[in-house]
Amino acid sequence: MIHTRGLTRVFSLKKKQTVEAVRGIDLDVEPGQLVAFLGPNGAGKSTTLRMLTTLLPPTSGTATVAGRDVARDPAGVRARIGYVGQRNSAGENFRVGDELVTQGRCYGLTSAEARRRAGEMLELLDLGPLAARKPGTLSGGQRRRLDIALGLVHRPGLLFLDEPSTGLDPKSRAEIWSHILRLRETYGTTLFLTTHYLEEADSMAERVIIIDDGRIIAVGTAEQLKNDLAGDRVTLTTHTAQDAGRAAALLGGAAEGVTVRLRAASATAALPEHLRTLEAAGVKVATAETVRPTLDDVFLTLTGRSLSDDDLPA
Amino acid sequence: MTTFLRDTVTVFRREFTPAWREPVGLMFEMGQPLLFLFLFGALLDGAVGASWQWFVPGILVMMCLTGPMAAGYYVLMELVGGSMERMMVTPLNRTAMLVGRTMKEMAVLFAQAVLIIVLALPLGFELHWTGVVAGLALLIVFGVGLGALSFVLAVKSAPDGTLFYTVTQVLLFPMLLLSGVLLPLDSGPDWLRVAGGLNPITYIVDAERALFSGQVLGLPVLYGAATAVAVAALGLFLGNRTLRRGV
Ligand SMILES: Nc1ncnc2c1ncn2[C@@H]1O[C@H](COP(=O)(O)OP(=O)(O)O)[C@@H](O)[C@H]1O
Ligand SMILES: [Mg+2]
Repeated sequence: MIHTRGLTRVFSLKKKQTVEAVRGIDLDVEPGQLVAFLGPNGAGKSTTLRMLTTLLPPTSGTATVAGRDVARDPAGVRARIGYVGQRNSAGENFRVGDELVTQGRCYGLTSAEARRRAGEMLELLDLGPLAARKPGTLSGGQRRRLDIALGLVHRPGLLFLDEPSTGLDPKSRAEIWSHILRLRETYGTTLFLTTHYLEEADSMAERVIIIDDGRIIAVGTAEQLKNDLAGDRVTLTTHTAQDAGRAAALLGGAAEGVTVRLRAASATAALPEHLRTLEAAGVKVATAETVRPTLDDVFLTLTGRSLSDDDLPA
Repeated sequence: MTTFLRDTVTVFRREFTPAWREPVGLMFEMGQPLLFLFLFGALLDGAVGASWQWFVPGILVMMCLTGPMAAGYYVLMELVGGSMERMMVTPLNRTAMLVGRTMKEMAVLFAQAVLIIVLALPLGFELHWTGVVAGLALLIVFGVGLGALSFVLAVKSAPDGTLFYTVTQVLLFPMLLLSGVLLPLDSGPDWLRVAGGLNPITYIVDAERALFSGQVLGLPVLYGAATAVAVAALGLFLGNRTLRRGV
């Protein structure tokens, strides 16, 4: 559904300065997948999406989206995809219902069909009573649902969403997600969405692509990434700091007071082994705990930085 | 071609619907030129000879400038808000995006023109049908070009819009005055007439005045038509290029 090779975008700023927003991305997304494009602010997520949706010509590299080349056949790509941008899709001067009808017409639907689809979308996203209102009078969650409705009017097989849940309260976020997942069940739409919320990528996506500083640094299911790149966290405590130091040396971990932290590909398998090793060496263990890693651990392993530190949309 | 027409209608309908739903704003737009017409028209009476024949086309050219310029302001709003991006991801014909927006302004201009002419008739305005129809057609071509240029300017000045406001404020009024829309240039000093000769709007104004006096064939109309077509071609070329390069 999406294939890119060496996709690159460089922005020129004033005084001959340039920003390499996206640096040679190779992507492959198969039909029907729900892919989360995860990365900190400024990583290049929106820029990538804008290239894939023909909004921005790539500086170099190629991208095929829904079987069409974005540079050679942008109109072909546009007819086959839907896009929910990072900002709001509806114009402030227009009524909600009117914008939905316009959107259908933009995709070449007849007036009657566009009106029918608009009604359908209002229904699908629980926006029915808001048709005659202007976007300015809607809540954040309602506006976001309207954005999604606008992206779906023509029933695209592939939908791009740029930070669909950013800036919403937890209840609205949950609602947006239930709509996104229902959409997927009903129409089998391929979904490619960006987020900087770790939990979302972790719990919702079948595939996670992690981008940092314009480069893709990891691809896989959340489980694979966690197993391969982070491993489970094992925390042991001993009665004395001396024991902790010896345990850390024996098992290859790090000691801090009476606490020893280490990583293991599979903690459930590693822990009994570790305990036997320590017992044989005469180290007394007080407590043992294992924790599954999060995608933040993956990001930390890969970049040395934590993703959850920044929470501002950009 | 058929998709171009269909998409132009789509964009036009989108732009026109809010005005249609809340016609109060439309009423105000109608009132403004009338105010000009009667305030200045009364003053000019006698000063330039056939004053209504001279003044009505001037007022129409002025409105043809302000309408598309105002459209640029909405483009800026939509660029910042995100709705422009949404429209650009649809297969909507790019030229239709530019033309459809201006067509809404042109529809308003058309209504204003009819209103002004009807009101000016009893005051001594002579109606030359072919001239008036040709004059309005010329203004539409010119307006399409201006609308596209104002679109480009809006894109270039997003997100803060400083460039847009500067250009429209600083450029528009001197250009209007130097075109002889409101005051005749003939009686001014030489440098004023030279500056007027460099101003494309002057040729549009002269052509409109000739047409509204019934002189359909002649050099002023030829120059005016050439200017309008050139502005439209330039505007649509730059507009399409801007859309292709991404906003
Ligand atoms: N139009 C632009 N002009 C200049 N720089 C830009 C532009 N758009 C984005 N950038 C820069 O490119 C980088 C990536 O931005 P973006 O793709 O928006 O990141 P993300 O969506 O992951 O937060 C940032 O450093 C940003 O400042
Ligand atoms: Mg972004």
